[in-house]
Amino acid sequence: MSAKLALGPVLFNWKPEVWRDFYFRIADEADVDTVYVGEAVCSKRTPFYAPHIPDVIERLQEAGKEVILSTLALIMNAREMNELRETTKDAEMLVEANDVSACALLAGRPHVIGPYVNVYNEGTLKYFTDRGATRVCLPVELGHDAMDALLANTPAELEVQVFGRLPLAISARCYHARSHMLHKDSCQFVCDQDPDGMELATLDHEPFLVVNGVQTMSHSYQNLTAELAQMQDLGIQHFRLSPHTADMVAVAKIYRDVMKTEIAADEADEQLGTLIGDVPFSNGYYHGVNGVDFVSQT
Amino acid sequence: MSEKMELVCPAGTPASLHAAVDNGADVVYLGFRDETNARNFPGLNFNRKELEDGLIYAHDRGCQVYLAVNTFPEAGNFGPWHKAIDDAAALGVDSVILADIGLLDYATTKHPNLRRHLSVQASASNPDSINFYVDAFDVKRVVLPRVLSIPEIAALNKEIAVETEVFVFGGLCVMAEGRCQLSSYATGESPNINGVCSPASHVRYEDEGDRMVSKLGEFTINAFAEGEAAGYPTLCKGRFVTGGKASYLFEEPTSLNAASMLPQIAAAGVTALKIEGRQRGRANVAQVVSAFRRAADAVHAGEAVPELGLEAITEGQAKTAGAYEKSWR
Repeated sequence: MSAKLALGPVLFNWKPEVWRDFYFRIADEADVDTVYVGEAVCSKRTPFYAPHIPDVIERLQEAGKEVILSTLALIMNAREMNELRETTKDAEMLVEANDVSACALLAGRPHVIGPYVNVYNEGTLKYFTDRGATRVCLPVELGHDAMDALLANTPAELEVQVFGRLPLAISARCYHARSHMLHKDSCQFVCDQDPDGMELATLDHEPFLVVNGVQTMSHSYQNLTAELAQMQDLGIQHFRLSPHTADMVAVAKIYRDVMKTEIAADEADEQLGTLIGDVPFSNGYYHGVNGVDFVSQT
Repeated sequence: MSEKMELVCPAGTPASLHAAVDNGADVVYLGFRDETNARNFPGLNFNRKELEDGLIYAHDRGCQVYLAVNTFPEAGNFGPWHKAIDDAAALGVDSVILADIGLLDYATTKHPNLRRHLSVQASASNPDSINFYVDAFDVKRVVLPRVLSIPEIAALNKEIAVETEVFVFGGLCVMAEGRCQLSSYATGESPNINGVCSPASHVRYEDEGDRMVSKLGEFTINAFAEGEAAGYPTLCKGRFVTGGKASYLFEEPTSLNAASMLPQIAAAGVTALKIEGRQRGRANVAQVVSAFRRAADAVHAGEAVPELGLEAITEGQAKTAGAYEKSWR
């Protein structure tokens, strides 16, 4: 089976109509096989775009995309717990579990495990596949060697994030609110000011991380174009693009062209660089070095 | 008068184990000297013989010993983790503290009578997650994430049928434990895989004349004026610039001290109090353990928490009650 392209859930607080139109355009124009829809970061954001979710799902499915419902990574209160129980109970679509509680609720039927659940080794992978997990998107810090070991003997399809800022940490505290001297409970949704995350630099003004509400991400964009062929040979079956304000239809086309060997990775990187602007790439985790590093393949 | 809470104390070395036992620990917890535990620091932890001796010393004095095997086994290399569990069972530790689901499954299958606790590194912050670990692996206790407030802990305890243990002193993770890759992003080494966070091997201090800069890997984590004490550059306790302002955005370089809140913690239905700090020396362990022994005994007797006099050992750090204070979020 040739590998498929997936578009991960939008991780940022985009205006509801921007969020809706983004997915409409993905449905109409993007060459991706799978699209994840739903909130993984902050449950306070959901009510704003929730009215658009049915339309978005319908449009994506009519366009022939596989739609998977994403769920919250950190579940901290009864409301979030109840929302997760409802999502997992009613879903006619595949659901992506991003917390162990969701894995438990989805056990016994096919489901996807997202990158926020710690599947680091074959013991954990087998535990979940025995209970219905069919696809697992690996934690960001796992690289080539772990992929190789995990693929040796599993019925699961594995997915790897190949594009976009890496989700590095999640907290009960909101650093976006804190940066604006606000409390999380009265955050005024200031995270909507930074549709690709709020830049965080060192005291020497070196860009380092970005803040996305309760989530902390890499400043660099993961970019595994040069590693796609090797990952396909290993048997990775899904490549995840994480949404940004950059033209994701164009990003998807670039990755598809590399997968089909129609363009070379260095040419792809040049095109991607134009799309994302003045931000470095990283691929260090894949190569077993610092996550921030970019190991050149040429 | 409230239920007597168990005092769970750190031991990074045999000397610290003796100090903890002698000063009133109900339990000491420790790890093997390798990547199977989340305090895999140079010069720390126990070999098999030291654990055997430590078990005799503790058990003779009515103190239990828990073994932390709380990193996530490396794909293709589960040997050291399985051996740690097998040895824990053979040597007779009172409980193992685990985070990885594959490892919990192994321990449950291979050593059903070896008591299992869920590590804080599993980040189980809600009833459905906790009940999953109880149902699937019969864990007897859950170490709660340091992000929960006391009312949240009280509410949680009403929905679960398992003992809970909470941190009351020492280092404070502000990110969900076991779900933070900041360290490996900058240094290649992470809590989950290597058992280290912001490892000393990647720390540099650079004297720039008018300021001392602390770096982790290639990144400046903090800078200190002349004469100011240069703290350790733990990544999430660093000073960074957002929106044009420099601040301790994630957390000030504070450490946790929840002594004053022990009565509320007891009322929330917590079984055990955990002191962080397997990296601390024996004198420090002795002082903290004896202070919390007095505090826990006072709470059990229905008395006010006494003055503990721990200010002197804060390593220049401020103290916070962390998430237990609502203002923390």
